Amino acid sequence: MSDEKKLAIIATKGSLDWAYPPFILASTAAALGYQTQIFFTFYGLELLKKDLNLQVTSLGNPAMPMPMPVPVIIQTIPGMQAMMTSMMKKKMKSKGVASIEELRELSIEAEVKMVACQMTVDLFEFDTKDFIDGIEYGGAATFFEFAGESDVCLYV
Amino acid sequence: MANFDQELDASGLNCPLPILRAKKTLNGMESGQILRIVATDPGSVKDFEAFAKQTGNELMESGEEDGKYTFLLKKK
Repeated sequence: MSDEKKLAIIATKGSLDWAYPPFILASTAAALGYQTQIFFTFYGLELLKKDLNLQVTSLGNPAMPMPMPVPVIIQTIPGMQAMMTSMMKKKMKSKGVASIEELRELSIEAEVKMVACQMTVDLFEFDTKDFIDGIEYGGAATFFEFAGESDVCLYV
Repeated sequence: MANFDQELDASGLNCPLPILRAKKTLNGMESGQILRIVATDPGSVKDFEAFAKQTGNELMESGEEDGKYTFLLKKK
């Protein structure tokens, strides 16, 4: 069907919180009948790893809601990031928010096409065996081949 | 409430899961069949309206009972 709407997303961030927008929007768009593609570049490549180990941090992120005020100097203590990540995951679960694993799985099921930036793979010397199956590797021109025809194009 | 062919309990699930689960359930249904959805996410009220409008599946009913939101969707 060529009259399908198209959504192109660039995912550039590799933290737990910023992993949500691309997968929420891609899976929902697919459910609405959009043909959808996500181009993962730089830190966004983390979102394609088989074993996701996404973290969240309050450092440099003053808007992150905290149960109590924590001075920045305390936030830098080793183990704080892991603790905040586990608190965030617990909160998400209690509110019925899907995990990134689940949203990614639903996106794949809905035939969202995922393209990994080849340049980033080379730059950070990633092993493609660490990435999920069924993704493609390409560059900026590959992205524009789809994005140029898209109705909605987002940079996350 | 009218008859329905399948029911989906999306209670406790947050955006976008009720929509994604509904879409998945509709995929396994025949045209003209009716899906009843129960959700607790207040955002699902607007979202199911938008889903119906964009996908062509008809939102026959949308209501609230005991803090739960119920929807009847007729598959296109």
